[in-house]
This record gives sequence, structure tokens and C-alpha cells, in this order.
Amino acid sequence: MAGEGVKLYGLWASPFSRRVEIALKLKGIPYDYIEEHLQNKSPDLLKYNPVHKKIPVLVHNGKPIAESQVILEYIDETWTGYPIMPADPYDRAMARFWAKFIDDKCIPPIWKSFWEAEEEQGTAFKEALENLNLLEKELERKKFFGGEKAGFVDIVANFIAYWVGALQEATGKEVLTKEKYPCLFKWGQDFASCSIINENLPPRDRLIAALKAHFEAAKASK
Amino acid sequence: MAEKGEVKLLGAWPSPFVMRPRIALNLKSIEYDFIEETMQPKSDLLLKSNPVYKKIPVLLHHDKPICESLIIVQYIDEVWSSGPSILPSDPYDRAIQRFWAAYIDDKWFPSLSGIAKAQGEEAKAAAIEQVREGLALLEEAFGKCSQGKDFFGGENIGYLDIALGCYLGWLRVSEKMNSVKLLDEAKTPGLTAWADKFCAHDAVKGVMPETDKLMEFAKIIMARFQAAAAAATPAK
Repeated sequence: MAGEGVKLYGLWASPFSRRVEIALKLKGIPYDYIEEHLQNKSPDLLKYNPVHKKIPVLVHNGKPIAESQVILEYIDETWTGYPIMPADPYDRAMARFWAKFIDDKCIPPIWKSFWEAEEEQGTAFKEALENLNLLEKELERKKFFGGEKAGFVDIVANFIAYWVGALQEATGKEVLTKEKYPCLFKWGQDFASCSIINENLPPRDRLIAALKAHFEAAKASK
Repeated sequence: MAEKGEVKLLGAWPSPFVMRPRIALNLKSIEYDFIEETMQPKSDLLLKSNPVYKKIPVLLHHDKPICESLIIVQYIDEVWSSGPSILPSDPYDRAIQRFWAAYIDDKWFPSLSGIAKAQGEEAKAAAIEQVREGLALLEEAFGKCSQGKDFFGGENIGYLDIALGCYLGWLRVSEKMNSVKLLDEAKTPGLTAWADKFCAHDAVKGVMPETDKLMEFAKIIMARFQAAAAAATPAK
């Protein structure tokens, strides 16, 4: 199975792209990585993901798969080794539920709250705090969302474990603190220091610098 | 199969999302108690079973709740694995069906709802065009998935048939209310033929609401929506 033409089209700073890299590395699957550029998408990317024109896209034996959560399940079903999804159907349903919750209800308001001006009502900020609270409760009796080891939900939550901290440093705004979310805070540190996972996160300083530049550019164009 | 009271489904007849697990349970020949939710107010059982979203459908299996319609469908497929398969067995085919199901829920259905919400003729025309563009993509996907057979799932209905088919009632309401054809024999011949076969399927016909009944329900919803919009203060 190893080396059977696996290609990943991604972006170094994207949490969605890194989810797929984490999964491939946890399974020990060799792959060719192609760094895309948002302003200059490659013809291959447009060919492999004509519907959304987004990364990540996994191409296995010439056949493309898009959408990071779909790719994660594909990787888990195609290659043995490190288990990403739980085995029990109820646990799998719960994992899919929380993963969807993270992508639909946590990441968008968290991201938006870093953009909200101080004068605004802070609706995104409030929604972010409420939804992080629900995740906090999920971790009360567990080390990882996946139990003893990081799994599907942990990988999907990589943005919360790592990118939120970088965004806080880049903007000076606080969303996820140790005081407000002790379980999530500890989980984030544990996740980011797991072997293999820790090698597949973007370098922190470089990420913070890129995020700062992103916010500066947006302010300048206003 | 399933003992009495083992499987319950909280739902409401007009909801396309509720139809999905009903079709899945029918495909697997699983008996279940259907608990019709009034939604106004939401029952204690619903609030307790789905505290995060407070929405239907909720499947209760041995009183353990599972929420989110497509997640419920996958659960049903995995628990009652001896019945006909809902998702295909090949991982790539599964990925393709999951991809399109996500597209349908995240992009296509909101565009369908967009027709009702559009204010003015221009906006409505633009909304209708968006739905048609989506259907053109889905027509292509149908060709690839069905491989000349009747359904996205091949010989029998599967995950993607359920994901898209549940919206047919509302699609037909939209067509009637706006006097337009969204599914068209000329432009989307595959999907047009598929739609009739899907609605006629044994697992579907008992749970697909009649278009006229849905239209009456839609009018009540629209009236409520417009009353709320009129009552809302502009300063919010």
C-alpha cells in the first residue's frame, strides 16, 4: 500500500491542510506535497476540486478527494495502523457530531471574533465563548476527545489547539484562556506536543508573523 | 432486528431532515416509534436529547440520543450491518458520496431556501439560476455514481439518494410557488428520472409528504416569517 501515488495539495498555514498531513503521518503513509498559493491556484487544484477550488485535496492513484473531514475518513478506511475513528458505532456518531460542531459552530465565530472591532456588539465573540464551553464540558473526563489517544475530533480541533493561540498573539485579543477553559487549554497543549502531531504544525513564529501581516493588510485596505 | 421500544425517532412530518433516518430505517426493515414533535414549544425530551442544537431529527437507540440527520443515517448503516448497505463498500465511492452530501447540505439546499427568501424579481431569478447551476453539478455526479443504473447508489437507493431525495418535496413546492421548472427533462434528464423513481421507492413513499400539504405548511411558515420581519425593530 505504501507509496501508491499519494499527493496532497495544501497550504502550510491552513489548519484544514494540516489535519490531512497529521492523519497521513500518523498512519505512516508517504506522500508528495504540493504547496498551493491562494492568489494563484494551480491548474491541477482547479482540475481536482472544480466545485470548491480549495485545499486540501488528496489524490490517491490519480483519484481526487476534497473536504478535510471526508479525506480523514477516507484515510482511516483505506490504511490500517493508527486508528483515527473510534470502532464503536455510537462513539463514531459522537465523533462525527463533535467534528461537525467544531467546523460549523466553533471555527467560524472564533475566526470572526478576532476581526470584530471593539465597538461591535461582539456577537461572534459571544457565540465562540458559548460553543467553546460545550467543548470544555466534553473534555471534563477525558484526556483527548478520542479518549486516551488523539483521534478524529482532536485532529479536527487542531485549529483550537494551535491556531487560536497564534491568533491571540497576533491580535492581542483573548478568546481561549487557561482561566476560562482549563480543560481545553490543557488539551491544546497535550495535543500540540503529541509525537508526530508536533512535527506537523506550522512553525509558531512564522504563523504569528503571517497572521499579523494578514490583519495589517486588511486594516490598510479599509 | 430491533425489539419493541428499542428505536425511537423524534421528528416532524414536513422536515426533509427527518425523512432521512426514516428512509434508512425502512431500508433496514427496522421498526421504530415515531414521536411527532410539535416544535412550538419544544418538548422536554427534545431539549434533553439534543441540548446542543435543540433540533429534529433525534434518533433514540436504547434511549441513547444520536443527532444530525446524516450522522444518524451512517449510524443506522453501521449498527444494522446485516441489512442492505446504505453507504457503498469501496472507500473512494464512500468519499465521493460524503463529499456530495456535504455539498448538498452546505451549498445546494441553502440556495433552494434562497428562492423563498429572495426579495424582488431580479433576486428571485438569480436565486433560481443558482439552484439550477447546482443541479447541473449534481446531474454530472449522478451520471458518475449511478453508472447507468437507477440511483446514486446503483441498483438500490443509498446515502446520496437519501441526502438529495429528502429535498424533493420542497423542491416541488418551490417549482409550484414560483411557476418554474428546476428539474428539467432537457437539462437534467438523469435527475428527473431519478426523482420519480426515488419517490416511488417502497422505503420512501410512506414518508415523503404530499406537495400540496407541504405548500399549505410553507404558506403558514412564510406568513409567520413575514409577521416576524414586520414586527422586528429596524435598530437591531
